[in-house]
Amino acid sequence: MLRVKNLQVHYGMIHALRSVSVHVKEKEIVALIGGNGAGKTSLLTAVSGLIRTTSGEVALDGSDVTKEKADRIVRKGIAHVPEGRHVFKPLSVEDNLLLGAYHRFTWRTASVIRGEIERVYALFPVLGERRKQPAGTLSGGEQQMLVIGRALLSHPKVLLLDEPSMGLAPKVIREIFEHVARLRAERGMTILLVEQNARAALSIADRGYVLETGRVVLQGSSEELLANRDVQRAYLGRDAER
Amino acid sequence: MSSIRETSSAPGLALFAAAIVAAPFLLPDYYQSVLIVAGLFAILSMGLNLLMGYAGQISLGHAAFYGLSAYASGILTTTFHWPVPAGIAAGVVLSGVTAALIGIPTLKLKGHYLAMGTLGFGVIVYIVFNEAVALTAGPSGLTGIPRLSAFGKIFSTDREYYFVVWGTVFLLFVLARNLVRSRMGRALRAIHTSESAASVLGIDVARYKAFVFVLSAVYAGIAGALYAHFVTFISPGSFSFHASTQVVTMVVLGGMASLWGAVAGAVFLTVLPEWLRAIEDYDILVYGAILVLTMRFLPGGLAEGVERVLSALASIFRGKAKASGGEGKKP
Repeated sequence: MLRVKNLQVHYGMIHALRSVSVHVKEKEIVALIGGNGAGKTSLLTAVSGLIRTTSGEVALDGSDVTKEKADRIVRKGIAHVPEGRHVFKPLSVEDNLLLGAYHRFTWRTASVIRGEIERVYALFPVLGERRKQPAGTLSGGEQQMLVIGRALLSHPKVLLLDEPSMGLAPKVIREIFEHVARLRAERGMTILLVEQNARAALSIADRGYVLETGRVVLQGSSEELLANRDVQRAYLGRDAER
Repeated sequence: MSSIRETSSAPGLALFAAAIVAAPFLLPDYYQSVLIVAGLFAILSMGLNLLMGYAGQISLGHAAFYGLSAYASGILTTTFHWPVPAGIAAGVVLSGVTAALIGIPTLKLKGHYLAMGTLGFGVIVYIVFNEAVALTAGPSGLTGIPRLSAFGKIFSTDREYYFVVWGTVFLLFVLARNLVRSRMGRALRAIHTSESAASVLGIDVARYKAFVFVLSAVYAGIAGALYAHFVTFISPGSFSFHASTQVVTMVVLGGMASLWGAVAGAVFLTVLPEWLRAIEDYDILVYGAILVLTMRFLPGGLAEGVERVLSALASIFRGKAKASGGEGKKP
């Protein structure tokens, strides 16, 4: 469904991604793990068109979207939930969700979109309770639910999730990951997930890639990665000797 | 932030229209000309508020668009004897086109840099007004501009002109209000918060920024042309950096991202100096103190003050919570 081939990204002199190739199949959850500065977020922002790539190719359903601008790429079916949540704080929860359906909002589709928003409220009941509240007053976990709901309203084929666990309490993280797993189970969503919290990410993912200094150094099924000694030592906080 | 924006609808607008119609009959004649100027500033600050309050883009050069249109219409009708409506249309188009040309490169800048960029543009235009003597008559000003006339009618009295200006304010208010409540309004506010989040939702950020910049310049252009045909004399001084900052002050004092606030700020800051005339010499001190105190106690501007009063009233008269924001404009 999503195929990234030999992608290179530079920030000025800094070589952030060195020929990275990643693919996500339909209805698959794929985790990208790695330390700070490994290039995880760069990869997502390059796929969604927020930053320019130096070379390489991003293809969705076989069609090349590498050179498209970010606002065109959403229309093709890639929804990016950026790191740090980026809710529109002064706007109400409902307006935030309406913005998710921005690119297909007309007076004719308005009632359909209202229905879809109700479905998001069914998925995340706490958002429904707070629909009129400014999004900035929500807790971190609720904001994370809001941005996921907002992304769903763009009718994505692929959902890019960047660090959904960032700054959240362990209990809330578990809740968010359960929601992500349910998105695939119930809606057949295809998800590319970037996480620092490697264990949580691999626990719901089918496959994973390990990024280090802009390169894919390891890839495999979640079970393989969880069992891998290097991964355990570097990302799962378990001493390999034990 | 402002719940006035959410609740004020038809009753608010009706009250606004009623206030516009009633004001000249209730106030001394002298106030008509004050209110005409207030109305022109209301148009300017509504336009700037769309840009600044909603889309979050600062312009410190708005007087340039105001002036370009005033001069264009003034010169075309005076030197070239165009009919006044044609002059006004040309002035407004000039402002809009200039904004598009300036906006496309300038809007790539953010925050302070955008402020500096637009400030620079404002200064350049001001210098052109001063130096292009053959065209603009330079610092001594362009005289003999005809009063507004259309369809064989000359709007020569202040009362007639008052209705022209405030009728325009009302129309532009409704236009802006519909705009900010639409999908496009949500997009602008999204850009204000986070450009990257807006663009991953499919909003063409560059295009919308350019659009709202042009729209706000068109508002400024309308105000400028109406100004030229009201005072019949224009000089560069009216379009200096000081005028730009004055409009910014009106927007901030009135309340960012509130259209009622923009109108209230413009009326308040135009009428206030008239009242302060009584204490001449000290007026500027009091003026400054009022600005400081308003921002200290009402960071959301006059709109926030009205909103607080309204919600206090609403809690007194329970059930009357649907109070409108009509008092946002107090002539």
